[in-house]
Amino acid sequence: MLMAVPKALWAYRGFILGNVKREFQIKYRNSLLGALWNVLNPLAMIVVYTVIFSKVMHSKLPGVDRSFAYSIYLCAGTLTWGLFAEIVGRAQNVFLDNANLLKKISFPRLCLPATVVSNALLNFAIVFGLFTLFLLISGNFPSVVYFALIPVLAVLVMFAIGLGITLGVLNVFFRDVGQFFGIFLQFWFWGTPIVYPAAILPAKLRPYVELNPMADVVVACQTILVNGQWPQWSSLWPALLLGLVLCGLGLRLFRKHAGEMVDEL
Amino acid sequence: MGKITVNNLGKAYKQYPSRWGRLAEWLIPGSKSRHRLNWVMQDVSFTVNPGEAVGIIGINGAGKSTLLKMITGTTQPTSGFVKLEGRVAALLELGMGFHPDFTGRQNAYMAGQLLGYSVEHISRLMPEIEAFAEIGDYIDQPVRVYSSGMQVRLAFSVATAIRPDILIVDEALSVGDAYFQHKSFDRIREFSKQGTTLLIVSHDKQAIQSICDRAILLSQGRVAMEGEPEAVMDYYNALLADKEGASVHQVMTDDGKFQTISGTGEVEIEDVQLLNADNESIELVKVGEDVRLRVSLYVKEDIESLVIGYLIKDRLGQPVFGTNTSNLHHPLEHVKKDSRLQFDFRFSANIGEGSYSIAVAGHRGAVHVGGNYVWKDLALVFNVINFDKSSFVGVAWMNAKVECHV
Repeated sequence: MLMAVPKALWAYRGFILGNVKREFQIKYRNSLLGALWNVLNPLAMIVVYTVIFSKVMHSKLPGVDRSFAYSIYLCAGTLTWGLFAEIVGRAQNVFLDNANLLKKISFPRLCLPATVVSNALLNFAIVFGLFTLFLLISGNFPSVVYFALIPVLAVLVMFAIGLGITLGVLNVFFRDVGQFFGIFLQFWFWGTPIVYPAAILPAKLRPYVELNPMADVVVACQTILVNGQWPQWSSLWPALLLGLVLCGLGLRLFRKHAGEMVDEL
Repeated sequence: MGKITVNNLGKAYKQYPSRWGRLAEWLIPGSKSRHRLNWVMQDVSFTVNPGEAVGIIGINGAGKSTLLKMITGTTQPTSGFVKLEGRVAALLELGMGFHPDFTGRQNAYMAGQLLGYSVEHISRLMPEIEAFAEIGDYIDQPVRVYSSGMQVRLAFSVATAIRPDILIVDEALSVGDAYFQHKSFDRIREFSKQGTTLLIVSHDKQAIQSICDRAILLSQGRVAMEGEPEAVMDYYNALLADKEGASVHQVMTDDGKFQTISGTGEVEIEDVQLLNADNESIELVKVGEDVRLRVSLYVKEDIESLVIGYLIKDRLGQPVFGTNTSNLHHPLEHVKKDSRLQFDFRFSANIGEGSYSIAVAGHRGAVHVGGNYVWKDLALVFNVINFDKSSFVGVAWMNAKVECHV
């Protein structure tokens, strides 16, 4: 039973990869520069964060005395948060968006969230690749510590998938979920130390930030990229456990209601 | 290979009294169920053997599409099960779940991948798919600019690019133009000959009768009849006629008796039947068949004169043929109160294939405007099929012969 999901997804890998490719192709269809926009958009974002904040506004990160420190801090937070938000945001609507397909063709429904995750990872790889290039050129590359990002991002993706599938199934039956979560995500973004360092928060608020599993993940990324230090592995436990629980819950909800889902679309 | 087993299939949709009902049911563990099951299909069982072609017919809302969706697995049955043996290709409703923003080619690849083909395989099939669909340069346009006919052309071409063990076709094909319908039915027939199991939903009687070995009539979510296509079609037509009759009756109860069966009411039409040579009541008439239209009347008042007429109209309501007892030199004079009369109009059904209705009227003079006792539209609906004549088009059968002089 547990192996049935990966097996079905593997059998339909052609479909999933094809979906990713097609979505990539149509994104900038009818544009002259085409695929170049996939690079230009994230590039513009990185340039804004680095040039504006470090060179124009001279924003400094408390405790770190490098000109690009705040820019790197900002990128580390927003890029990883962006990956999380893209997976969750698109997974919660994935069944609604593909109603036409679900109603007409029988295939493993989990191919759809798998497509979302693959797509988000691809987008992330592009923008993060550019960011890494910037780190190398500006001499801020955090050496071997960089590879600690892999397990950290794995935890993030796991958490996002679990949450995304859970919300995706719920959203089919209760459309309020999608609306609500759109609002909630904004508060969550500002409640996570992405734009500001956690240290500037008043002591009263600190305990609440510690309840936020995303804060641990984002801070781990920032530790790696800004300080060039190994993250505090134990801080990732809550996110990992919550991610596993949500994955289990999401799959259970999905199993129980997948049949009913098509009737509601 | 290619066997379909449907066992005791049933489908019910959950209906909640309010939006909160479902939430309460989900959140409160062990709470009583708050929904009502609305059964749209129950106890449907049948088997389609390998190589067999079965047609499913039924009026709108009988559950045909629901049944096909459960068979193909897009919707799950509430009770019972479906077993499919062999590779299935299905065409449900319009298209194959095409994505409107993807081009026809991209959608063809996607649909092919969902059918389990590899990209290389689809690339090899692509020229053939394009050729069969005949949509030209549109193949590289997004599907949202396609006409519905073009979508069906592409969907059918993809679904049938490789002969499946089981082919399931919903009414989709009726969207295509006559040319493509022909082409696609040729392909379906060809597959059938090669051993593909067919399950077809159609309102097209000719299609069902010419392709299928067996037909299943669904009515209100149940199997109403199963058997020879012709027999099932007859029964279906009777059901349709009954439905149309019922709608006539409904108008009657709304506005009083004289609205639909118009007229002054001295004469009442009790029964209208179409009889064949063996005196059996029929709904299906063969081209050129000798039939009798039997009109049974009850005369309520003494009347001076009585002329009975009938008018055969085609599907679109165009008059095809009409006459009356005055034209036929058989008017009645001085008909007594409480008498029952029976008129038999004999004629050869020298008309083309299609659906026809008969209106019957009783009046005083040669034309019904001069004192109309009774007028009944849609008194009878019947279908004409070409059973033993050479193939022809048009509304009239003219029994043409050909000679060649050199």
